[in-house]
Amino acid sequence: MDIVVCVKRVPLTQEVDLEIDPQKKEVRKDMLAYSINEWDNYAIEEAVLLKEKFGGDVTAVTVGVEDDEEVLRRCLAMGADRAIRVEPGDLSLDPFVISRILAEVIKGVKHDLVLTGVQADDVNDGAVGTMLAEHLGLNHAAVVTRVEPEGNEATIHIELEGGTDEVSKIKFPALLSIQTGINEPRYVSIMGIRKAAKKELKVVKVEELGLSEDDLTPWVSVDEVFLPPETEGAEIIEGDPGTVAEEILRIIKEKGVST
Amino acid sequence: MGEIFVVVEHRDGELREITQQMLWKANELCQSLSNTLTAVIIGGKDEPFIQELTERADRVIVVEDERLKDFNGDYYKEILYRLIQERHPLLTMIGHTPWGMDFGPPLSIKTGFPIATDCVDILVEDGRLKAVRQIYTGKLFSKVSFKESDGYLITVRSGAFPPDKAGEHKGEVIKQEMPADLPEVGKEFIAFEEAAAGEVDITQADLLVSIGRGIGEEDNVAIAKELADMMGGVLSCSRPVVDKNWLPKYHQVGTSGKSVKPKVYLALGISGAFQHVAGISGAGTIIAVNKDKKAPIFRVADYGVVDDLFKIVDALKERLAA
Repeated sequence: MDIVVCVKRVPLTQEVDLEIDPQKKEVRKDMLAYSINEWDNYAIEEAVLLKEKFGGDVTAVTVGVEDDEEVLRRCLAMGADRAIRVEPGDLSLDPFVISRILAEVIKGVKHDLVLTGVQADDVNDGAVGTMLAEHLGLNHAAVVTRVEPEGNEATIHIELEGGTDEVSKIKFPALLSIQTGINEPRYVSIMGIRKAAKKELKVVKVEELGLSEDDLTPWVSVDEVFLPPETEGAEIIEGDPGTVAEEILRIIKEKGVST
Repeated sequence: MGEIFVVVEHRDGELREITQQMLWKANELCQSLSNTLTAVIIGGKDEPFIQELTERADRVIVVEDERLKDFNGDYYKEILYRLIQERHPLLTMIGHTPWGMDFGPPLSIKTGFPIATDCVDILVEDGRLKAVRQIYTGKLFSKVSFKESDGYLITVRSGAFPPDKAGEHKGEVIKQEMPADLPEVGKEFIAFEEAAAGEVDITQADLLVSIGRGIGEEDNVAIAKELADMMGGVLSCSRPVVDKNWLPKYHQVGTSGKSVKPKVYLALGISGAFQHVAGISGAGTIIAVNKDKKAPIFRVADYGVVDDLFKIVDALKERLAA
């Protein structure tokens, strides 16, 4: 089974004070650390697990700058056979443009299955995967938590609300957007990344794909980013841990819970 | 005068809450844009909520067929594409739910109408539609605009709007057959499967001690469990803890887990992604402990502690043991 996995490198923003850039269109990213998008980490792991079980090739693809090759090398270390980075130059990217670029690249790579993360940690669109399926004319499913291939189809679990799964069958070739928790992504060592340096990492310039100006024009653009509106928010309990603990226990008791 | 479509989300003969929330916003937009509101039901024969929707929309289009009894995004996409070609709605609203995420973006590509996803507000500025989204796990908001188009699609986040009250509309019902020329679908529904029940029921607890990503590693889960036991509470968690297999799914609070209503919810190292917060709206009092003072959980908590959760847990245990 040949699989293409789409991945993205995203800034880590937990426990970080985000600053808005002067144009008010983005956050300041110069001080942020980056990593593979969490959902994509599960997607590449799922691809490698399927390859280990059923054979075939895994290709990892990203649209991004040279620094983003870091996540491709990680994918190669996890077990991908080759990687492709599309250099977007100074294009504005939105889910439409990204999916259009990915579609053009993936057309040239043999695939029974295309995997993406459900969404990316930074902009949370959750749109690129299923748009890509439409461009490529693939069967698709979103928010997938289990994949069990059998012949030319797979039984899949789709995560709905409240702990309910939808079980469906889907015919290959197909695109699945992968939800976190589907597997346990393997650990990647520095050594592993060094070893994978021999694997093929191809760079394609977006101009080489023959896409039209319409294909590369965003459908949605950011007017401005801003801090969440002020709310009353929590009453902050100050003090050393002992004082805080006593206050917490007092509140719990006051609310009618006996500890 | 244009139309606004609301794509009705329903399951097992019942409307999903997101439908009422979209209707609330759609009714508001219709007033400011002088549009009319069309609820679109794609479902099995004689779904029981048709009448209810006539009170909330100017018209209710019902496309019914036994093949549509179970959700299939491919059918939704094709049927909505045809309805949009026929009626040219200015805006089509879809839930940003697992199902809406399935057919919304493909419908955008098929119609050529731009889509903004996971929106928490929809505005009209200088006669143009804009959408407000949350980015970076809710730490920032982003206002977006669309390229010029005959129509627009927006997927709406669950809980972004209040539920619509029973309205004064007397909407007409327009029943349509499923189009005969639909392409074959590539996906087939088999069954719903409920998560297995566990040894504890977090929905019944008065006190939940709940852990998130901040718990750090698997061995630390026992530290929180011990605290929960000492307090007479029940241990629960947010998604990352279940994703890592540190606790079984029946401990999970949030949209894909359980909604809970304890008297007190003690959130330890939980950042407060909206999927989690949606599950604790019924909690009496929320106390959050997190190192990150900008964590979104502090926006919904009643009390906050900006500190290392392990220090607080140790101090709590000391006091309880004394």
